[in-house]
Amino acid sequence: MLRTVTLAAVAAMGLAGTAMAAESDTLITDYDFPYEGPFGAFDQMQLQRGLQVYTEVCAACHGLKYVSYRNLHDEGGPGLPEDQVRAYAAQFETFDEEIDDYRPATPADKFPESALPEAPDLSLMAKSRAGFSGPYGSGMNQLFKGMGGPEYIASLLTGYKDAPACAPEDFPGYYNVAFGAGGFPESCIDEEGHHMAPGSWIAMPPPLLGDDVVYEDGHPATIEEESKDVTAFMMWTAEPKMMARKQAGFTGVLFLGLLAVLLYLTNKRIWHRAKYGPRDE
Amino acid sequence: MSGIPHDHYEPKTGGERWLNNRLPVLGLLYDTLMIPTPKNLNWMWIWGIVLTFTLALQIITGIVLVMHYTPHVDMAFASVEHIMRDVNGGFMLRYLHANGASLFFVAVYAHIFRSLYYGNYKSPREVTWIIGILMYLLMMGTAFMGYVLPWGQMSFHGTAVITGLFGAIPFVGEAIQTWLLGASAVGQPALNRFFSLHYLMPFILAGLTIVHIWAFHSTGNNNPTGVEVRRTSKEEAKRDTLPFWPYFVMKDLFALAIVLMIFFAIVGFMPNYLGHPDNYIEANPLATPAHIVPEWYFLPFYAILRAFTADVWVVMFANWISFGIIDAKFFGVIAMFGAIAVIALAPWLDTSSVRSGRYRPMFKWWFALLVVDFFVLMWGGAMPAEGIYPYISLIGAAYWFGYFLVILPLLGVIEKPLPMPATIEDDFNAHYDPKTGGTHTVVKPAE
Repeated sequence: MLRTVTLAAVAAMGLAGTAMAAESDTLITDYDFPYEGPFGAFDQMQLQRGLQVYTEVCAACHGLKYVSYRNLHDEGGPGLPEDQVRAYAAQFETFDEEIDDYRPATPADKFPESALPEAPDLSLMAKSRAGFSGPYGSGMNQLFKGMGGPEYIASLLTGYKDAPACAPEDFPGYYNVAFGAGGFPESCIDEEGHHMAPGSWIAMPPPLLGDDVVYEDGHPATIEEESKDVTAFMMWTAEPKMMARKQAGFTGVLFLGLLAVLLYLTNKRIWHRAKYGPRDE
Repeated sequence: MSGIPHDHYEPKTGGERWLNNRLPVLGLLYDTLMIPTPKNLNWMWIWGIVLTFTLALQIITGIVLVMHYTPHVDMAFASVEHIMRDVNGGFMLRYLHANGASLFFVAVYAHIFRSLYYGNYKSPREVTWIIGILMYLLMMGTAFMGYVLPWGQMSFHGTAVITGLFGAIPFVGEAIQTWLLGASAVGQPALNRFFSLHYLMPFILAGLTIVHIWAFHSTGNNNPTGVEVRRTSKEEAKRDTLPFWPYFVMKDLFALAIVLMIFFAIVGFMPNYLGHPDNYIEANPLATPAHIVPEWYFLPFYAILRAFTADVWVVMFANWISFGIIDAKFFGVIAMFGAIAVIALAPWLDTSSVRSGRYRPMFKWWFALLVVDFFVLMWGGAMPAEGIYPYISLIGAAYWFGYFLVILPLLGVIEKPLPMPATIEDDFNAHYDPKTGGTHTVVKPAE
């Protein structure tokens, strides 16, 4: 189910509020991800493809400073074999304070920080961009459709469109229908102050064009598939323990449910005499 | 301990007698656990247990979190990520603690509105009520300071806004703000002292919990009818009450299990739903979020704070009468604290001699409107302060004060209460018909 939802500026503010103070409407597509819902799980192959997109495209500018290479081996994650993790880490150099020099990274090291100072770190992006919660700030889209940061990221990556005719050609940045916090030309604002086009202008050039990588598993590398894969990977970097968390949730609900049933029966039995027993009146 | 006549503790063995003669702790435990409790308490009387449990949960998870947390502006955010990624079960500890704060406030609001409806605050339970409001204020302080600790964007800028409120106090405001923060702006001194106080205040809360329980054990519980337990003889008291153990312990534990089921579902499946995504961005003093919004449980009072803008006539009047000392910002601060103060004053503002809203036909509706108003204010607080939203918040704030300052005093005079059951026993028996042996329940004829 793919549905594009127009999120009004007011809808951007909810119980959860937003970092992306959208002046204009943004177009966010409600992509489906395998990890959504209480029963959803990360697709290991998708995370590995996402890692590939990150490594070959995103890593040129963006870092993942809170993630360790060893996490790639973790259960409920991309699940790379240990030797592959070691080989993957060795591609990168890391600064070692003990030897006061650079050395090849090991699985115990963390991913590098962003190469470009203006490129934000991607470790937590999928959680920090979950800020739209419409309609009218009720949070219902988040609650029932599971819309959040991943939908925003995937929509942004596929959201580069031809700039509207009202915009001057030399307006700085790139027009993106999912990005609400960027510059917006005066010429595209009507007399009542409404924006005549969704989105705004973002500084990041379009990172994905389609066929940017060649997937080993033969998965199609369209721009949409690449976007979804790297988004799923970013959800994992933001929430690496999601599988364990859901497991704990199930265990908790199940045992508490059982306890509740037993307590209900106990309670009913205890009260029965007080409620229906003989009365001396 | 309680004013209700009941059987007291009698040591049965030599050992018990030995201990009880030296420290009457067994007697204290027995009297607390076996306290006569009105047998007609309904399901709104379960929130006390939920709150006590949540306080324990917060203290236990909090103590373990502190073992892995670093209160330093350069390391706090990373140390929280360390907890989420590297500490065994750390993600669960943190999500339990963060959502535990929400559970705490859900329960406390249910608890407070329960008491407002059934008139629990009325004589002779005013001290219980005042202690409860103090605990609520402490909870808010604790929650606010805890929210600063992850050192995310909303932590940082929220602190700047809230401590800025004290800066609005005329003449001494700036000095107070600097004193609170330990510096002229939010930084390392503020983070350190908030961490210290966030650890301290829950223990004061635990102490007040004991005083709160002591207070209502002295007066006895209120109940849905508001009719007092008969105290003329032990025999009569027994017909109105049942001992807390096992009747109410089991009932409360059952309710707690249901509440915790929902809580665990939220922690397990949507732990960030109630949080603010901006707090997953490390604090940056140079980049202010476009809209600074507090956590949901502060929103109603945040709405009242922002509702009183300079173009509202009461604000203009206050400004004129005080020769400009009270400006819109200071007025908002007074209104916000005033909104809590009027709750505390409810025992003296409510002039009705009838406790329970069940028997107050007009009060019922005004009270329902107050509950709606609370949610409207919550929504208004989340909305940006532009367009129609400040007006909605202003109407909401006006009703909030109107309810406590005008409606409660007036209703007691003009309202004609409905007939009440003579005793708690009558109310209880009206619900349950012994002739059917439990196969048929008479549905609340008292209402």
